[in-house]
Amino acid sequence: MTSTKNINVALIGNPNTGKTSVFNQLTGLNQQVGNYPGITVEKKIGFCKLPYNIKANILDLPGTYSLNASSIDENVVIEMLLNKNDKLYPDVVLVVADVENLKRNLLLFTQIKDLEIPTILVINMADRMGAKGISLDVPYLEAQLKTKIAVISSRKGTGIDELKKLIVAYQSLPTEPCLNASIIDPEYFNRLRKTFPNQLLYKLWLVITQDVNFAQLDRNEIRNSYTRSQTELKKIQQKETIKRYQFINEVLKDGQKINLATAKDFRIQLDRILTHKVWGYAIFFAILFVIFQSIFSWSAVPMDFIDSTFASLSTLAAQHLPAGVLTDLIAQGIIPGIGGIVIFIPQIAFLFLFISMLEESGYMSRVVFLMDKIMRRFGLSGKSVVPLISGTACAIPAIMATRNIENWKERLITILVTPFTTCSARLPVYAIIIALVIPEKRVLGILNLQGLTLMLLYLIGFGTAIVAAYLLNKILKINGKTYFVVEMPGYKLPMFKNVSLNVLEKTKAFVWGAGKIILAISIVLWFLASSGPGNAFHHADQIVAAQHLSEPLSATDFENAVASQKLENSYIGIMGKAIEPAIAPLGYDWKIGIALISSFAAREVFVGTLATIYSVGDTDNENTIKNKMQTEIHPDTGQKVFNFATGISLLLFYAFAMQCASTLAITKKETNSWKWPATQLVLMSGLAYLVALVTYQILK
Amino acid sequence: MRQTIASLKKGEKAVIRDFDVEAIPLKLLEMGCLPGNLVEVLQVAPLGDPLYLNINGSHLAIRLETAREIAIDPLTITLQ
Repeated sequence: MTSTKNINVALIGNPNTGKTSVFNQLTGLNQQVGNYPGITVEKKIGFCKLPYNIKANILDLPGTYSLNASSIDENVVIEMLLNKNDKLYPDVVLVVADVENLKRNLLLFTQIKDLEIPTILVINMADRMGAKGISLDVPYLEAQLKTKIAVISSRKGTGIDELKKLIVAYQSLPTEPCLNASIIDPEYFNRLRKTFPNQLLYKLWLVITQDVNFAQLDRNEIRNSYTRSQTELKKIQQKETIKRYQFINEVLKDGQKINLATAKDFRIQLDRILTHKVWGYAIFFAILFVIFQSIFSWSAVPMDFIDSTFASLSTLAAQHLPAGVLTDLIAQGIIPGIGGIVIFIPQIAFLFLFISMLEESGYMSRVVFLMDKIMRRFGLSGKSVVPLISGTACAIPAIMATRNIENWKERLITILVTPFTTCSARLPVYAIIIALVIPEKRVLGILNLQGLTLMLLYLIGFGTAIVAAYLLNKILKINGKTYFVVEMPGYKLPMFKNVSLNVLEKTKAFVWGAGKIILAISIVLWFLASSGPGNAFHHADQIVAAQHLSEPLSATDFENAVASQKLENSYIGIMGKAIEPAIAPLGYDWKIGIALISSFAAREVFVGTLATIYSVGDTDNENTIKNKMQTEIHPDTGQKVFNFATGISLLLFYAFAMQCASTLAITKKETNSWKWPATQLVLMSGLAYLVALVTYQILK
Repeated sequence: MRQTIASLKKGEKAVIRDFDVEAIPLKLLEMGCLPGNLVEVLQVAPLGDPLYLNINGSHLAIRLETAREIAIDPLTITLQ
């Protein structure tokens, strides 16, 4: 490994300072996204070439307002800065600050300086200085803050080369703190210093006040002798914050000039419209409407293309590969399985594109502001809107996005109800069933009936989430102070590079994550469907021939009859038959039963499963799944399997059921208890069964 | 009667006097909500809550219940 020679650089900064675009500027496409061990916080590492052939590992740490952590994302930052043994422990820290919010951003900077790590202050968004009437005395600021400063614009790409030069020369950076925070309580800190003479005072202070792991020190030892009550600690933290702001105000008084006469700001005008009591809501719902409309109309073309491509790929494989078990596995198991995932890509990418643009522009905070009071009536927070909207892409990132909800009860309720929103994994299930049972007609001249059904399903998802939240709010007995602080960033035009990298990364993560499960399941399914115990499976051809002795079948009919005899007596057929009594009242046959079982791990497997089931033993691969399902006849009733009543029952079952193992896993991680994922599973799936049962019994 | 941020109307400015540290989140202090700093109500959400403030140059929104905990001195008095 060459990593011994690489400089470790950590990017730290407040949210909304353009930290990620600095990261993108430095690393380009050389990025890796993973997780910190044991937790689901994203770990982004990139590589950067510096002058003199020096290379750097750039670590993008989660955004934080200070080193007083209040979430696991922020804990990551502190743990990284306190653990010198970590192989990514930074040689140099870049504190990214927004030139418009320098005062607030410098708070974090002074804290990091106290850790005596070489630190560069990166003042970003320099392109807005003119419009805001801001001028800086950089040499003065460098002297006062005991650091080097890079004034850059990650949007325009200016100042990046100078920044790189500063990183190369990191060893010459001063490491002394820029203010002495311990004078806020000299007696306390002196005692601390005497007991642990070899430790940095500020590190000890962080260990005492924060719930973080610190390798070299026994935290209990320090805590037992030096801990004070939470109130006292918070008072000292307040004094510390005041002390730091006093210092920062002094420094900026001479180091920064703001000429308000030349400052222009369209924030006020935009805020007036976007948070207006009528226009604000109208614009928000119009944006939502446009998002959903465009996702469905724009995705349709690439999705149809992907669907037919995979169907013909299967045919090609079956025709050109030597006949045998392996070819069957590829043509009937793997290719339809992969096709079932790839077909999602357009819709997921569009959803992430819109969400990412709304976040980047600063609009999302206005929605939080606008919706908070309304959401609170249902036990949610304004901040629950973001998870509920992201939930339409996937519940997993949505549940992770609840971390910035300060109040535990509001956060827990948001986590519990988010899986009700219609995630993209439900879409292929909805899409295929709607195409089968809802006629493609227009109502009132313009509205497409199929599209209307889909929209109704989305509304049912949101509506159920809200009602469930209301009930949970009444039932759950959790008390806690309701803290709510949300930053209202300035409006920015979303940057193409940030948005596209974000979409790429999220889509990739989803496809890989879901892809692995789907591929594995489709292989297992194929195996279970193409082998079986006993004579009924192995001698299927003889049995079929015996049944039709009096009136022999044509060659094709005979083949199909053998195929279905085989499927019925395969392992999976036996499993499906076993649960048929439980699902028959819902209007499902044993084949749908198989799909229900296999899609327990992930909803989208439903379509892939049916694809695999109907492909096994089918010589004509060119037929799309939809056509195969369309023509499926129930052997007992002689009617179509996918009739109107069964279709609606299935749609509602998938709207409510907790068919996603990954969501259960993330709920366990985020709530730290099996109790809550178990609650989700029992309540959601129980509700799904009941609703589907009632619906089918009424409609049939 | 004690005046708090909650008693300010849209567009009004004041100086933060004091608050009980226990009653407000540390994050708010870190964003500049400290005694002596200037606060301005920029917008009030359509249903009267939350409030969109400019505190010491930081733009942020808090709920009324938190705003009620932060005592203020109206600007005219402190200027004397």
